[in-house]
Amino acid sequence: MSTKTTIPDFRITPTVDQVGVEERVTRFTTRSIKKESKMQGMKMILSMIDLTTLEGKDTEGKVKQMCYKAAHLHDIIPGLPTVAAVCVYPSMVKTAKDALIGTGVKVASVSTAFPSGQSTHEIKISDTKFAIANGADEIDMVISRGEFLKGNYNFVFDEIAAIKQACGKARLKVIFETGELSTLDNIRKVSDIAMYAGADFIKTSTGKISPAATMPVTLVMLEAIRDYYYATGRMVGMKPAGGISTSKLALQYLIMVNETLGADWLSNEWFRFGASSLANDVLMQIAKQNTGVYQCSDYFSKD
Amino acid sequence: MSSKKEKKLKFNAAWDLDPAPEDSKHVSIKKQYDLFINGEFVKPNSKKYFATYNPATDEKISEVADADEKDVDKAVKAARAAFGKWSKLSGKERGKYIYRIARLMQERAREFAVIETMDGGKPIRESRDIDVPLAANHFFYYAGWADKLEYAFPNRNPKPLGVAGQIIPWNFPLLMAAWKIAPALAAGNTVVLKPAETTPLTALKLAELIRDSGLPKGVVNIITGAGKTGAAIVNHPDIDKIAFTGSTNVGKWIQKSIAGTDKKCTLELGGKAANIIFEDAPLDQAVEGIINGIFFNQGHVCCAGSRLFVQESVADIVIRKLKDRMETLRVGDPMDKNTDIGAINSKQQLLKIQEYIEIGKNEGGEIYQPSCSLPKKGNFCKPTIFLNVSQSHRIVQEEIFGPVLAIQTFRTIEEVIEKANNIPYGLSAGVWTDKGSKIFNLTSKLKAGVVWANTYNKFDPTSPFGGYKESGFGREGGLHGLGAYLTI
Repeated sequence: MSTKTTIPDFRITPTVDQVGVEERVTRFTTRSIKKESKMQGMKMILSMIDLTTLEGKDTEGKVKQMCYKAAHLHDIIPGLPTVAAVCVYPSMVKTAKDALIGTGVKVASVSTAFPSGQSTHEIKISDTKFAIANGADEIDMVISRGEFLKGNYNFVFDEIAAIKQACGKARLKVIFETGELSTLDNIRKVSDIAMYAGADFIKTSTGKISPAATMPVTLVMLEAIRDYYYATGRMVGMKPAGGISTSKLALQYLIMVNETLGADWLSNEWFRFGASSLANDVLMQIAKQNTGVYQCSDYFSKD
Repeated sequence: MSSKKEKKLKFNAAWDLDPAPEDSKHVSIKKQYDLFINGEFVKPNSKKYFATYNPATDEKISEVADADEKDVDKAVKAARAAFGKWSKLSGKERGKYIYRIARLMQERAREFAVIETMDGGKPIRESRDIDVPLAANHFFYYAGWADKLEYAFPNRNPKPLGVAGQIIPWNFPLLMAAWKIAPALAAGNTVVLKPAETTPLTALKLAELIRDSGLPKGVVNIITGAGKTGAAIVNHPDIDKIAFTGSTNVGKWIQKSIAGTDKKCTLELGGKAANIIFEDAPLDQAVEGIINGIFFNQGHVCCAGSRLFVQESVADIVIRKLKDRMETLRVGDPMDKNTDIGAINSKQQLLKIQEYIEIGKNEGGEIYQPSCSLPKKGNFCKPTIFLNVSQSHRIVQEEIFGPVLAIQTFRTIEEVIEKANNIPYGLSAGVWTDKGSKIFNLTSKLKAGVVWANTYNKFDPTSPFGGYKESGFGREGGLHGLGAYLTI
């Protein structure tokens, strides 16, 4: 980041009109994506997935199985990419890291007392450092939504900045849990706070709260990324997470990225889907595109 | 990241969409269309026909009859003969027919949308999602009023006017036909309608639909022709009301022609709307409103937001956002489902727009057009904006009726109100701000028939639409639009 970047006053972030946002989103969803462009889009989606398991019942065995899937999505069809990363709890980072050696798939770890973020500063820092020490390439932190809703923007900013520091070289994704933030104005505000505090990615949701990612919320975040890029010259990535389980919807997200931020963001360096079941739907569509017929879901592995 | 120093977003570079053309095989278009008079298609007295072309390909689609004075007279006589029975029919029965037309239109929506796009050049996305559904909605809405006229105008004893002569433009051919026919029928009038000569086909398909609906013969007559046919309608002595949508020049001529007669008249004419963006507006959505305001239907919209006023403090950022957004617009084959901007309606209109673009350049305006390429065949024009212009520039004063936007900055509320009203037109305006009181302040001071706040180009059958000053008089839509077809 340039040393000249001035931090804006977050009390006066730009306003957002919800009706207008929804109208714009409708336009993206009526784009018709066919033939080669559809195939290209679907391969892009696969390569952008953060294959995720974040459950209390996760074990090393479960994580290992998912890691194999991450690198071998559907070996019957040649030329498929791997997913971008797997996303696990800090306790599973080492297992995932070992399982993914040589695959190019990154390991992302949630941290900072995911999903609620209701813990002390020290615990959040040590949570993050533990994940990094175990080899996490990326950290998905949660913000303190309560502090944000109290108007304590400096607290939120400082916390993100502190976690960013604890991340070292790992890329930091900041989860807003947009389903708890109520308005698009708030989402715009928190996007600005996170980016100026050093976020490498901004992310909608934990997947534990409904609604999770929606297109209107994602559009507001993409527009914030665009404005931040023009203001500072720094690219920030976007990760919608939760609720995106069909290739059709995922393609509509890509259309939205393409028409809001352009081609530079259409790679897994700058755009990710946080999803657990999206990959198989995309694989099914790719198989259909190749063979002309839909195959039974049991032809696609569930790990 | 060093290569990104220029801070320019790249659109449509890595992932372009394959063509997604709407299928047109399911539509039936006859090689030749006659005049729809007294419930059937009849040959024109003139024996003359003229061709209608697809403006995106320059291919001839069909040919339609050229009605002369005798044909007009025949149509008016049929309408007059039908008026007695139709006006005495109970409102409930009239409503049933109008509902039937609405439902048939919904059933044939796809065919109407495809023909509208082929004949007029507008993107299929718009004819499919806006023109046709809205046209059907107008019939549904006014069907509901047919048996409630006494409640619409209590203690007024509303009575139909008689025979209405209706002349409609080429920018929304089917929708304008619906705007005209639906309230006239609900009120108990009979009509003679003439679509524009470049876009007659959906009106003729509507004639087929009306024939199929079993509407009593002569209640709706649809005749085709150019200016001479329109003049014959205006000057016909047995017409009780003229409803015209089109250019201000023709509107003025109509007023002169009917002066001294007791013909009633509503005129919906040109516009040069101010779209005003304040610094506290939701800017990304406002940019969307600019795009929708001026590039909707290639800018062939009388209420198009063709004059943009941006508060100086946010002018740079709004224009940057606007330029980026323009880069993502897809200009081309109107039948492609992904096309945002289709073909200019006619060669003549394209030449007019190109002339204005030249005028703008010669006046010293700073032109910007996106990098998109245009199809080699057909009438196409890049979306265009002019920066650094003033109220004294011709491109700011005159209606271009194309995808050309003139952008000015302003500093205070008083200044922008003065400039917005400083134009002979007064059809519509847009206001973008986060502050409700500012909206109401402007809506009461802007001399425009419609003022949209934080949106643009929104139409609904329940909402009256019409202008001030040289944008015409009378309202269409809502109760006002119904009242225009009644003596009350």
